[in-house]
Amino acid sequence: MVAESQRACIVGIGQTEFSKASGRSEQQLAAEAVVAACQDAGLSPHDIDGFTTFAIDKSDEIDLMRSVGARDINYTTRLPQGGAASVATLVHAKNAVESGMCDYFIIWRAMNERSQYRFGQPSVSLSPDAHSSTFMEWCFPFGAQTPAAWEALSCGHYMNTYGVTSEDLGQISVTFRKAAATNPNAFFYGKPITLADHQDSRWIVEPWFRLLDCCQESDGGCAILITTRERAKNLKQKPVPIFGAEYSMLFNHEIISDFYEGDLLHNDLAIRATEKLVNACGIAPKDTKVAMIYDNFTPQVLRQLEGFGYCGLGEAKDYVADGNLELGGATPLSPNGGLIGEAYIHGINNITEGVRQMRGTAANQIKDAETAFIGSGVAGAIIGKAE
Amino acid sequence: MNDTTEKKNRPMRPDPIPRIDSNFFWDACKRGEFVVQKCEPCNKLWHPPRALCPVCHSSEKTEAKLSGKGTVMSWCRQVRPASFLFAESPWVILVELDEGVRMVSNLEGEDAPEFGMRVTVDFAETSGGKAVPVFRALETGEAG
Ligand SMILES: [Zn+2]
Repeated sequence: MVAESQRACIVGIGQTEFSKASGRSEQQLAAEAVVAACQDAGLSPHDIDGFTTFAIDKSDEIDLMRSVGARDINYTTRLPQGGAASVATLVHAKNAVESGMCDYFIIWRAMNERSQYRFGQPSVSLSPDAHSSTFMEWCFPFGAQTPAAWEALSCGHYMNTYGVTSEDLGQISVTFRKAAATNPNAFFYGKPITLADHQDSRWIVEPWFRLLDCCQESDGGCAILITTRERAKNLKQKPVPIFGAEYSMLFNHEIISDFYEGDLLHNDLAIRATEKLVNACGIAPKDTKVAMIYDNFTPQVLRQLEGFGYCGLGEAKDYVADGNLELGGATPLSPNGGLIGEAYIHGINNITEGVRQMRGTAANQIKDAETAFIGSGVAGAIIGKAE
Repeated sequence: MNDTTEKKNRPMRPDPIPRIDSNFFWDACKRGEFVVQKCEPCNKLWHPPRALCPVCHSSEKTEAKLSGKGTVMSWCRQVRPASFLFAESPWVILVELDEGVRMVSNLEGEDAPEFGMRVTVDFAETSGGKAVPVFRALETGEAG
Protein backbone atom coordinates (compact mmCIF):
# COMPACT_ATOMS: atom_id res chain seq x y z
CA MET A 1 0.00 0.00 0.00
CA VAL A 2 1.28 3.42 -0.92
CA ALA A 3 1.58 5.98 1.89
CA GLU A 4 -1.22 8.58 1.63
CA SER A 5 1.36 11.36 1.25
CA GLN A 6 2.74 9.58 -1.81
CA ARG A 7 -0.65 8.78 -3.41
CA ALA A 8 -0.94 9.84 -7.04
CA CYS A 9 -3.36 12.71 -7.52
CA ILE A 10 -4.57 14.64 -10.53
CA VAL A 11 -3.68 18.28 -9.98
CA GLY A 12 -4.14 19.88 -13.38
CA ILE A 13 -6.28 19.49 -16.47
CA GLY A 14 -6.01 21.40 -19.72
CA GLN A 15 -7.66 21.35 -23.08
CA THR A 16 -8.06 23.27 -26.28
CA GLU A 17 -11.43 23.98 -27.86
CA PHE A 18 -13.03 20.96 -29.56
CA SER A 19 -13.79 21.55 -33.23
CA LYS A 20 -13.77 20.06 -36.72
CA ALA A 21 -11.02 22.39 -37.97
CA SER A 22 -8.51 23.55 -35.37
CA GLY A 23 -6.50 25.60 -37.87
CA ARG A 24 -3.19 24.65 -36.26
CA SER A 25 -0.85 21.68 -35.96
CA GLU A 26 -1.45 18.67 -33.74
CA GLN A 27 1.88 19.50 -32.12
CA GLN A 28 0.56 22.95 -31.20
CA LEU A 29 -2.68 21.48 -29.82
CA ALA A 30 -0.61 19.11 -27.68
CA ALA A 31 1.64 21.88 -26.37
CA GLU A 32 -1.27 24.23 -25.66
CA ALA A 33 -3.11 21.52 -23.70
CA VAL A 34 0.01 20.67 -21.66
CA VAL A 35 0.66 24.32 -20.82
CA ALA A 36 -3.01 24.76 -19.87
CA ALA A 37 -2.87 21.74 -17.52
CA CYS A 38 0.25 23.17 -15.84
CA GLN A 39 -1.34 26.63 -15.53
CA ASP A 40 -4.42 25.04 -14.00
CA ALA A 41 -2.14 23.48 -11.36
CA GLY A 42 0.18 26.43 -10.95
CA LEU A 43 3.25 24.50 -12.11
CA SER A 44 5.88 25.59 -14.61
CA PRO A 45 5.88 23.23 -17.62
CA HIS A 46 9.68 23.31 -17.28
CA ASP A 47 9.29 21.02 -14.24
CA ILE A 48 7.46 18.20 -16.05
CA ASP A 49 9.60 15.07 -15.77
CA GLY A 50 7.38 12.33 -17.19
CA PHE A 51 5.06 11.85 -20.16
CA THR A 52 2.69 9.37 -21.67
CA THR A 53 0.27 9.11 -24.54
CA PHE A 54 -0.78 6.01 -26.48
CA ALA A 55 -0.46 4.57 -29.97
CA ILE A 56 -1.64 6.53 -33.03
CA ASP A 57 -0.45 9.95 -31.81
CA LYS A 58 1.51 12.11 -34.22
CA SER A 59 2.94 14.43 -31.59
CA ASP A 60 5.84 13.11 -29.55
CA GLU A 61 7.78 13.71 -26.39
CA ILE A 62 10.88 15.25 -27.96
CA ASP A 63 8.82 17.72 -29.95
CA LEU A 64 6.59 18.48 -26.98
CA MET A 65 9.66 19.20 -24.81
CA ARG A 66 10.89 21.66 -27.44
CA SER A 67 7.62 23.59 -27.20
CA VAL A 68 6.84 23.51 -23.48
CA GLY A 69 10.43 23.71 -22.29
CA ALA A 70 10.45 20.57 -20.13
CA ARG A 71 14.10 20.25 -19.15
CA ASP A 72 14.77 16.76 -17.90
CA ILE A 73 12.49 13.73 -18.41
CA ASN A 74 12.84 10.63 -16.23
CA TYR A 75 10.24 8.39 -17.83
CA THR A 76 8.07 8.23 -20.90
CA THR A 77 6.02 5.42 -22.37
CA ARG A 78 3.82 4.84 -25.40
CA LEU A 79 0.96 2.42 -24.74
CA PRO A 80 -0.49 0.11 -27.37
CA GLN A 81 -4.24 -0.62 -27.80
CA GLY A 82 -5.42 2.71 -29.23
CA GLY A 83 -8.29 4.48 -27.47
CA ALA A 84 -8.92 1.43 -25.29
CA ALA A 85 -5.65 2.43 -23.62
CA SER A 86 -6.79 5.99 -22.87
CA VAL A 87 -7.53 5.19 -19.22
CA ALA A 88 -4.43 2.97 -19.00
CA THR A 89 -2.42 6.21 -19.14
CA LEU A 90 -3.51 6.68 -15.51
CA VAL A 91 -1.91 3.35 -14.60
CA HIS A 92 1.44 4.59 -15.83
CA ALA A 93 1.00 8.05 -14.34
CA LYS A 94 0.15 6.53 -10.96
CA ASN A 95 3.10 4.14 -11.01
CA ALA A 96 5.49 6.84 -12.18
CA VAL A 97 4.77 9.24 -9.33
CA GLU A 98 4.09 6.71 -6.55
CA SER A 99 7.35 4.89 -7.28
CA GLY A 100 9.24 8.16 -7.07
CA MET A 101 10.42 7.90 -10.66
CA CYS A 102 8.66 11.13 -11.61
CA ASP A 103 7.58 14.24 -9.70
CA TYR A 104 5.26 15.80 -12.29
CA PHE A 105 3.81 13.48 -14.89
CA ILE A 106 1.80 14.54 -17.97
CA ILE A 107 -0.75 12.54 -19.95
CA TRP A 108 -1.52 14.14 -23.29
CA ARG A 109 -3.49 13.58 -26.47
CA ALA A 110 -3.91 15.88 -29.46
CA MET A 111 -5.37 15.16 -32.84
CA ASN A 112 -6.64 16.83 -35.98
CA GLU A 113 -8.58 13.67 -36.70
CA ARG A 114 -11.24 15.53 -38.72
CA SER A 115 -9.42 18.35 -40.53
CA GLN A 116 -6.01 16.78 -41.21
CA TYR A 117 -7.08 13.20 -41.90
CA ARG A 118 -10.28 11.22 -41.45
CA PHE A 119 -9.85 9.01 -38.40
CA GLY A 120 -12.90 6.89 -39.19
CA GLN A 121 -12.02 6.20 -42.82
CA PRO A 122 -9.78 3.58 -44.44
CA SER A 123 -6.09 4.33 -44.32
CA VAL A 124 -3.90 2.42 -46.73
CA SER A 125 -0.72 3.82 -45.26
CA LEU A 126 -1.02 1.96 -41.96
CA SER A 127 1.58 -0.74 -41.50
CA PRO A 128 0.30 -4.20 -40.53
CA ASP A 129 3.12 -4.28 -37.98
CA ALA A 130 2.85 -3.17 -34.36
CA HIS A 131 -0.70 -1.84 -34.39
CA SER A 132 -2.02 -3.94 -31.49
CA SER A 133 -4.31 -5.47 -34.07
CA THR A 134 -4.32 -7.64 -37.15
CA PHE A 135 -6.95 -5.57 -38.95
CA MET A 136 -4.73 -4.29 -41.74
CA GLU A 137 -3.64 -7.80 -42.65
CA TRP A 138 -6.74 -9.89 -41.99
CA CYS A 139 -9.67 -7.47 -42.51
CA PHE A 140 -8.57 -4.97 -45.15
CA PRO A 141 -8.58 -7.34 -48.18
CA PHE A 142 -12.14 -8.31 -47.24
CA GLY A 143 -13.55 -4.79 -47.27
CA ALA A 144 -13.74 -4.36 -43.49
CA GLN A 145 -11.54 -1.30 -43.39
CA THR A 146 -12.87 1.12 -40.79
CA PRO A 147 -13.06 1.11 -36.99
CA ALA A 148 -16.87 1.01 -37.35
CA ALA A 149 -16.69 -2.15 -39.49
CA TRP A 150 -14.33 -3.96 -37.09
CA GLU A 151 -16.41 -2.97 -34.10
CA ALA A 152 -19.64 -4.03 -35.84
CA LEU A 153 -18.22 -7.43 -36.69
CA SER A 154 -17.10 -7.91 -33.10
CA CYS A 155 -20.46 -6.75 -31.61
CA GLY A 156 -22.84 -8.36 -34.13
CA HIS A 157 -22.81 -11.72 -32.38
CA TYR A 158 -23.54 -10.05 -29.03
CA MET A 159 -26.37 -7.93 -30.42
CA ASN A 160 -27.97 -10.88 -32.18
CA THR A 161 -27.68 -13.13 -29.14
CA TYR A 162 -29.30 -10.66 -26.74
CA GLY A 163 -31.73 -9.08 -29.18
CA VAL A 164 -30.22 -5.60 -29.03
CA THR A 165 -32.09 -3.40 -31.51
CA SER A 166 -31.07 -0.22 -33.29
CA GLU A 167 -33.57 1.59 -31.03
CA ASP A 168 -31.75 0.22 -27.97
CA LEU A 169 -28.54 1.71 -29.32
CA GLY A 170 -30.33 4.94 -30.22
CA GLN A 171 -31.33 5.41 -26.60
CA ILE A 172 -27.63 5.53 -25.68
CA SER A 173 -26.93 8.26 -28.26
CA VAL A 174 -29.96 10.24 -27.09
CA THR A 175 -28.60 10.09 -23.51
CA PHE A 176 -25.14 11.32 -24.52
CA ARG A 177 -26.50 14.10 -26.72
CA LYS A 178 -28.88 15.23 -23.97
CA ALA A 179 -25.91 15.71 -21.63
CA ALA A 180 -23.79 17.36 -24.34
CA ALA A 181 -26.61 19.81 -25.03
CA THR A 182 -26.03 21.46 -21.65
CA ASN A 183 -22.21 21.31 -21.70
CA PRO A 184 -20.81 24.50 -23.29
CA ASN A 185 -17.51 22.71 -24.07
CA ALA A 186 -19.28 20.03 -26.10
CA PHE A 187 -19.23 20.18 -29.88
CA PHE A 188 -22.93 19.30 -29.75
CA TYR A 189 -23.77 21.95 -27.13
CA GLY A 190 -27.39 22.97 -27.55
CA LYS A 191 -28.04 20.14 -30.03
CA PRO A 192 -29.94 17.28 -28.43
CA ILE A 193 -31.35 14.53 -30.64
CA THR A 194 -34.46 12.38 -30.53
CA LEU A 195 -34.70 8.65 -31.04
CA ALA A 196 -36.31 9.45 -34.41
CA ASP A 197 -33.21 11.48 -35.42
CA HIS A 198 -31.12 8.43 -34.58
CA GLN A 199 -33.39 6.12 -36.58
CA ASP A 200 -33.32 8.52 -39.54
CA SER A 201 -29.53 8.77 -39.61
CA ARG A 202 -27.80 6.92 -42.45
CA TRP A 203 -26.21 3.51 -42.16
CA ILE A 204 -22.46 3.45 -41.58
CA VAL A 205 -22.18 -0.33 -41.20
CA GLU A 206 -25.24 -2.40 -42.07
CA PRO A 207 -27.16 -3.63 -40.16
CA TRP A 208 -25.61 -2.44 -36.91
CA PHE A 209 -24.35 1.15 -36.87
CA ARG A 210 -26.04 4.33 -38.00
CA LEU A 211 -24.22 7.66 -38.13
CA LEU A 212 -25.52 8.56 -34.67
CA ASP A 213 -24.07 5.36 -33.17
CA CYS A 214 -20.56 6.64 -33.88
CA CYS A 215 -18.37 9.02 -31.92
CA GLN A 216 -17.20 12.15 -33.67
CA GLU A 217 -14.06 12.85 -35.61
CA SER A 218 -12.70 15.80 -33.64
CA ASP A 219 -9.84 18.26 -33.59
CA GLY A 220 -8.46 19.16 -30.20
CA GLY A 221 -6.06 18.39 -27.40
CA CYS A 222 -6.23 17.45 -23.72
CA ALA A 223 -3.63 17.07 -20.99
CA ILE A 224 -3.65 15.91 -17.37
CA LEU A 225 -1.01 16.57 -14.71
CA ILE A 226 -0.34 14.02 -11.95
CA THR A 227 1.84 14.31 -8.86
CA THR A 228 1.82 13.03 -5.27
CA ARG A 229 -0.57 14.31 -2.61
CA GLU A 230 2.40 15.79 -0.75
CA ARG A 231 3.65 17.82 -3.73
CA ALA A 232 0.08 18.85 -4.49
CA LYS A 233 0.12 20.95 -1.29
CA ASN A 234 2.28 23.51 -3.09
CA LEU A 235 -0.04 23.70 -6.11
CA LYS A 236 -3.24 25.64 -6.81
CA GLN A 237 -5.91 22.94 -7.07
CA LYS A 238 -7.29 20.57 -4.50
CA PRO A 239 -5.87 17.19 -5.58
CA VAL A 240 -8.10 14.47 -7.04
CA PRO A 241 -6.75 11.14 -5.72
CA ILE A 242 -6.36 8.12 -7.99
CA PHE A 243 -7.55 5.24 -5.78
CA GLY A 244 -7.00 2.58 -8.40
CA ALA A 245 -6.00 2.30 -12.05
CA GLU A 246 -5.63 -1.03 -13.83
CA TYR A 247 -5.59 -2.46 -17.31
CA SER A 248 -5.62 -5.85 -18.96
CA MET A 249 -3.98 -7.51 -21.92
CA LEU A 250 -5.02 -11.11 -22.40
CA PHE A 251 -3.73 -13.91 -24.61
CA ASN A 252 -4.94 -13.87 -28.22
CA HIS A 253 -7.05 -10.75 -27.71
CA GLU A 254 -6.46 -7.70 -29.82
CA ILE A 255 -7.90 -4.27 -30.17
CA ILE A 256 -11.22 -3.62 -31.93
CA SER A 257 -10.80 -6.53 -34.37
CA ASP A 258 -10.91 -8.79 -31.31
CA PHE A 259 -12.47 -11.83 -32.96
CA TYR A 260 -10.16 -14.73 -32.23
CA GLU A 261 -10.57 -15.54 -28.54
CA GLY A 262 -13.50 -16.03 -26.18
CA ASP A 263 -17.22 -16.25 -26.96
CA LEU A 264 -17.61 -12.64 -28.22
CA LEU A 265 -20.30 -12.20 -25.55
CA HIS A 266 -18.31 -11.85 -22.33
CA ASN A 267 -16.13 -8.74 -22.32
CA ASP A 268 -13.03 -10.60 -21.13
CA LEU A 269 -10.70 -7.60 -21.08
CA ALA A 270 -13.02 -5.34 -19.07
CA ILE A 271 -13.87 -8.21 -16.70
CA ARG A 272 -10.18 -8.74 -15.97
CA ALA A 273 -9.48 -5.02 -15.52
CA THR A 274 -12.39 -4.81 -13.06
CA GLU A 275 -11.13 -7.77 -11.02
CA LYS A 276 -7.76 -6.07 -10.70
CA LEU A 277 -9.34 -2.73 -9.83
CA VAL A 278 -11.49 -4.14 -7.04
CA ASN A 279 -8.46 -6.01 -5.74
CA ALA A 280 -6.34 -2.88 -5.80
CA CYS A 281 -8.67 -0.37 -4.16
CA GLY A 282 -11.75 -2.21 -2.91
CA ILE A 283 -14.11 -0.03 -4.94
CA ALA A 284 -16.08 -1.49 -7.84
CA PRO A 285 -17.09 0.73 -10.77
CA LYS A 286 -20.80 0.40 -9.90
CA ASP A 287 -20.10 1.66 -6.36
CA THR A 288 -19.18 5.08 -7.75
CA LYS A 289 -21.68 7.88 -8.34
CA VAL A 290 -20.68 8.73 -11.93
CA ALA A 291 -19.14 6.77 -14.80
CA MET A 292 -17.15 7.85 -17.81
CA ILE A 293 -17.22 4.92 -20.24
CA TYR A 294 -15.47 4.94 -23.61
CA ASP A 295 -18.11 5.38 -26.29
CA ASN A 296 -16.45 4.98 -29.66
CA PHE A 297 -19.62 3.19 -30.82
CA THR A 298 -22.86 2.64 -28.89
CA PRO A 299 -22.71 -1.19 -28.53
CA GLN A 300 -19.32 -0.79 -26.89
CA VAL A 301 -21.10 1.00 -24.04
CA LEU A 302 -23.35 -2.05 -23.51
CA ARG A 303 -20.49 -4.50 -23.54
CA GLN A 304 -18.48 -2.37 -21.11
CA LEU A 305 -21.41 -1.90 -18.72
CA GLU A 306 -21.43 -5.69 -18.44
CA GLY A 307 -17.65 -6.13 -18.40
CA PHE A 308 -17.14 -3.45 -15.75
CA GLY A 309 -19.83 -5.10 -13.61
CA TYR A 310 -22.76 -2.67 -13.79
CA CYS A 311 -25.11 -5.48 -14.80
CA GLY A 312 -25.09 -9.12 -15.89
CA LEU A 313 -24.38 -10.57 -19.31
CA GLY A 314 -27.03 -9.55 -21.84
CA GLU A 315 -28.70 -7.17 -19.38
CA ALA A 316 -27.12 -3.89 -20.48
CA LYS A 317 -29.84 -2.83 -22.91
CA ASP A 318 -32.39 -3.09 -20.08
CA TYR A 319 -30.02 -1.31 -17.70
CA VAL A 320 -29.99 1.57 -20.17
CA ALA A 321 -33.75 1.43 -20.82
CA ASP A 322 -34.38 1.66 -17.06
CA GLY A 323 -32.80 5.11 -17.05
CA ASN A 324 -29.74 4.24 -14.95
CA LEU A 325 -27.41 6.26 -17.20
CA GLU A 326 -29.42 9.48 -17.12
CA LEU A 327 -27.95 12.43 -15.19
CA GLY A 328 -30.48 11.71 -12.42
CA GLY A 329 -30.09 7.92 -12.66
CA ALA A 330 -28.34 5.42 -10.38
CA THR A 331 -25.04 5.53 -12.28
CA PRO A 332 -25.05 8.59 -14.53
CA LEU A 333 -22.89 8.17 -17.63
CA SER A 334 -20.51 10.77 -19.06
CA PRO A 335 -22.17 14.04 -18.01
CA ASN A 336 -19.94 15.84 -20.54
CA GLY A 337 -21.82 14.04 -23.33
CA GLY A 338 -19.05 11.48 -23.83
CA LEU A 339 -17.08 11.01 -27.00
CA ILE A 340 -20.32 10.99 -29.00
CA GLY A 341 -21.55 14.31 -27.62
CA GLU A 342 -18.55 16.31 -26.37
CA ALA A 343 -15.62 15.36 -28.63
CA TYR A 344 -13.45 12.39 -29.47
CA ILE A 345 -10.04 13.27 -28.10
CA HIS A 346 -9.52 9.53 -28.15
CA GLY A 347 -10.93 9.10 -24.65
CA ILE A 348 -8.77 11.56 -22.73
CA ASN A 349 -11.57 14.15 -22.54
CA ASN A 350 -13.49 11.61 -20.45
CA ILE A 351 -10.69 11.71 -17.87
CA THR A 352 -10.73 15.53 -17.71
CA GLU A 353 -14.52 15.37 -17.19
CA GLY A 354 -14.07 12.84 -14.40
CA VAL A 355 -11.69 15.29 -12.71
CA ARG A 356 -14.18 18.16 -13.05
CA GLN A 357 -16.86 15.94 -11.48
CA MET A 358 -14.55 15.28 -8.53
CA ARG A 359 -13.74 18.99 -8.22
CA GLY A 360 -17.41 19.91 -8.37
CA THR A 361 -16.87 22.19 -11.38
CA ALA A 362 -18.53 20.23 -14.21
CA ALA A 363 -21.14 21.79 -16.48
CA ASN A 364 -23.49 18.93 -15.60
CA GLN A 365 -22.35 18.35 -12.05
CA ILE A 366 -23.50 15.14 -10.35
CA LYS A 367 -24.34 15.98 -6.75
CA ASP A 368 -22.61 14.28 -3.83
CA ALA A 369 -20.24 12.28 -6.02
CA GLU A 370 -17.49 10.97 -3.73
CA THR A 371 -15.88 8.76 -6.36
CA ALA A 372 -15.98 8.40 -10.15
CA PHE A 373 -15.20 5.53 -12.48
CA ILE A 374 -13.41 6.08 -15.78
CA GLY A 375 -13.26 3.11 -18.15
CA SER A 376 -11.98 2.49 -21.65
CA GLY A 377 -12.43 -1.08 -22.84
CA VAL A 378 -9.32 -2.64 -21.37
CA ALA A 379 -8.66 -0.17 -18.58
CA GLY A 380 -10.42 1.35 -15.60
CA ALA A 381 -9.70 3.84 -12.85
CA ILE A 382 -11.42 5.01 -9.68
CA ILE A 383 -10.79 8.60 -8.67
CA GLY A 384 -11.99 10.44 -5.59
CA LYS A 385 -13.38 13.80 -4.62
CA ALA A 386 -10.92 16.71 -4.57
CA GLU A 387 -9.84 17.47 -1.03
CA MET B 1 -4.21 -10.10 -74.72
CA ASN B 2 -1.77 -7.37 -73.80
CA ASP B 3 -0.90 -6.57 -70.22
CA THR B 4 -3.14 -3.48 -70.00
CA THR B 5 -6.27 -5.38 -71.06
CA GLU B 6 -5.45 -8.13 -68.64
CA LYS B 7 -5.16 -5.62 -65.80
CA LYS B 8 -8.47 -3.98 -66.80
CA ASN B 9 -10.24 -7.31 -66.53
CA ARG B 10 -8.95 -7.99 -63.08
CA PRO B 11 -11.45 -7.76 -60.26
CA MET B 12 -11.40 -4.91 -57.80
CA ARG B 13 -10.16 -6.19 -54.46
CA PRO B 14 -7.05 -5.17 -52.55
CA ASP B 15 -4.13 -7.60 -52.55
CA PRO B 16 -3.21 -9.28 -49.30
CA ILE B 17 -0.27 -7.65 -47.54
CA PRO B 18 2.80 -9.88 -47.88
CA ARG B 19 4.39 -10.71 -44.53
CA ILE B 20 7.03 -13.29 -43.71
CA ASP B 21 4.90 -15.26 -41.24
CA SER B 22 1.73 -15.37 -43.33
CA ASN B 23 2.84 -15.62 -46.96
CA PHE B 24 2.23 -19.38 -46.85
CA PHE B 25 -1.50 -18.72 -46.39
CA TRP B 26 -1.88 -16.45 -49.43
CA ASP B 27 0.44 -18.62 -51.57
CA ALA B 28 -1.81 -21.59 -50.82
CA CYS B 29 -4.92 -19.60 -51.79
CA LYS B 30 -3.27 -18.84 -55.13
CA ARG B 31 -2.91 -22.61 -55.64
CA GLY B 32 -6.55 -23.08 -54.65
CA GLU B 33 -5.71 -24.65 -51.31
CA PHE B 34 -7.17 -23.57 -47.98
CA VAL B 35 -4.67 -24.05 -45.17
CA VAL B 36 -3.90 -22.76 -41.72
CA GLN B 37 -0.78 -22.69 -39.57
CA LYS B 38 -0.22 -25.91 -37.65
CA CYS B 39 2.29 -26.57 -34.91
CA GLU B 40 3.86 -29.92 -35.83
CA PRO B 41 4.91 -31.03 -32.30
CA CYS B 42 1.60 -30.28 -30.59
CA ASN B 43 -0.74 -30.53 -33.56
CA LYS B 44 -2.51 -27.25 -32.76
CA LEU B 45 -3.91 -24.88 -35.38
CA TRP B 46 -3.37 -21.12 -35.16
CA HIS B 47 -4.94 -18.19 -36.97
CA PRO B 48 -3.95 -15.45 -37.54
CA PRO B 49 -0.51 -16.95 -38.11
CA ARG B 50 2.25 -16.22 -35.65
CA ALA B 51 6.00 -16.56 -35.23
CA LEU B 52 5.98 -19.42 -32.71
CA CYS B 53 3.43 -21.84 -31.30
CA PRO B 54 2.35 -20.09 -28.09
CA VAL B 55 1.86 -23.44 -26.31
CA CYS B 56 5.15 -25.29 -26.93
CA HIS B 57 7.17 -22.46 -28.52
CA SER B 58 8.21 -24.62 -31.44
CA SER B 59 9.00 -22.84 -34.71
CA GLU B 60 8.29 -26.07 -36.59
CA LYS B 61 5.28 -24.66 -38.41
CA THR B 62 3.52 -26.61 -41.11
CA GLU B 63 0.30 -26.13 -43.05
CA ALA B 64 -2.86 -28.03 -42.19
CA LYS B 65 -5.44 -28.41 -44.96
CA LEU B 66 -8.86 -27.28 -43.85
CA SER B 67 -12.22 -28.75 -44.85
CA GLY B 68 -13.30 -25.28 -45.95
CA LYS B 69 -16.58 -25.68 -44.05
CA GLY B 70 -17.58 -23.31 -41.33
CA THR B 71 -20.33 -21.36 -39.61
CA VAL B 72 -21.06 -17.62 -39.77
CA MET B 73 -20.50 -16.18 -36.31
CA SER B 74 -20.97 -12.50 -37.14
CA TRP B 75 -21.41 -10.32 -40.21
CA CYS B 76 -21.74 -6.76 -41.48
CA ARG B 77 -21.37 -4.53 -44.53
CA GLN B 78 -19.28 -1.37 -44.48
CA VAL B 79 -21.45 1.05 -46.45
CA ARG B 80 -20.11 4.49 -45.55
CA PRO B 81 -17.44 4.95 -46.55
CA ALA B 82 -17.93 2.08 -49.00
CA SER B 83 -15.24 -0.59 -48.95
CA PHE B 84 -12.15 0.95 -50.48
CA LEU B 85 -10.83 -0.71 -53.68
CA PHE B 86 -14.01 -2.75 -54.13
CA ALA B 87 -16.60 -2.34 -56.91
CA GLU B 88 -19.23 -2.50 -54.17
CA SER B 89 -19.06 -3.16 -50.46
CA PRO B 90 -19.06 -6.93 -49.87
CA TRP B 91 -20.75 -8.85 -47.06
CA VAL B 92 -18.08 -9.29 -44.42
CA ILE B 93 -18.38 -12.41 -42.29
CA LEU B 94 -16.59 -13.80 -39.29
CA VAL B 95 -16.42 -17.54 -39.89
CA GLU B 96 -15.73 -20.18 -37.32
CA LEU B 97 -14.23 -23.05 -39.29
CA ASP B 98 -15.11 -26.60 -38.36
CA GLU B 99 -11.49 -27.10 -37.27
CA GLY B 100 -12.02 -24.39 -34.63
CA VAL B 101 -10.13 -21.40 -35.98
CA ARG B 102 -11.87 -18.14 -36.88
CA MET B 103 -11.24 -15.81 -39.77
CA VAL B 104 -12.67 -12.72 -41.43
CA SER B 105 -13.79 -13.20 -45.00
CA ASN B 106 -16.62 -12.43 -47.42
CA LEU B 107 -19.87 -14.15 -48.27
CA GLU B 108 -20.30 -14.30 -52.04
CA GLY B 109 -23.29 -15.36 -54.10
CA GLU B 110 -27.00 -14.62 -53.90
CA ASP B 111 -27.59 -15.20 -50.21
CA ALA B 112 -27.34 -12.56 -47.50
CA PRO B 113 -25.50 -13.74 -44.41
CA GLU B 114 -27.30 -15.14 -41.39
CA PHE B 115 -26.07 -16.09 -37.95
CA GLY B 116 -25.25 -19.77 -37.87
CA MET B 117 -25.30 -20.06 -41.67
CA ARG B 118 -23.19 -22.96 -42.95
CA VAL B 119 -20.64 -21.87 -45.53
CA THR B 120 -17.95 -23.41 -47.70
CA VAL B 121 -14.75 -21.90 -49.00
CA ASP B 122 -14.05 -20.58 -52.47
CA PHE B 123 -11.32 -18.28 -53.74
CA ALA B 124 -11.43 -14.75 -55.15
CA GLU B 125 -8.77 -13.10 -57.28
CA THR B 126 -7.38 -9.74 -56.21
CA SER B 127 -6.47 -6.74 -58.37
CA GLY B 128 -2.80 -7.69 -58.34
CA GLY B 129 -3.42 -11.30 -59.35
CA LYS B 130 -3.23 -12.81 -55.85
CA ALA B 131 -6.04 -14.78 -54.23
CA VAL B 132 -7.96 -14.72 -50.94
CA PRO B 133 -10.44 -17.19 -49.44
CA VAL B 134 -14.12 -16.23 -49.63
CA PHE B 135 -17.19 -18.25 -48.71
CA ARG B 136 -20.57 -19.15 -50.19
CA ALA B 137 -23.62 -20.66 -48.56
CA LEU B 138 -23.71 -24.44 -48.38
CA GLU B 139 -26.73 -25.67 -50.30
CA THR B 140 -29.25 -27.70 -48.32
CA GLY B 141 -28.29 -31.32 -48.70
CA GLU B 142 -24.71 -30.43 -49.59
CA ALA B 143 -22.33 -32.35 -47.33
CA GLY B 144 -21.33 -30.36 -44.28
ZN1 LIG C 1 3.12 -26.25 -30.28
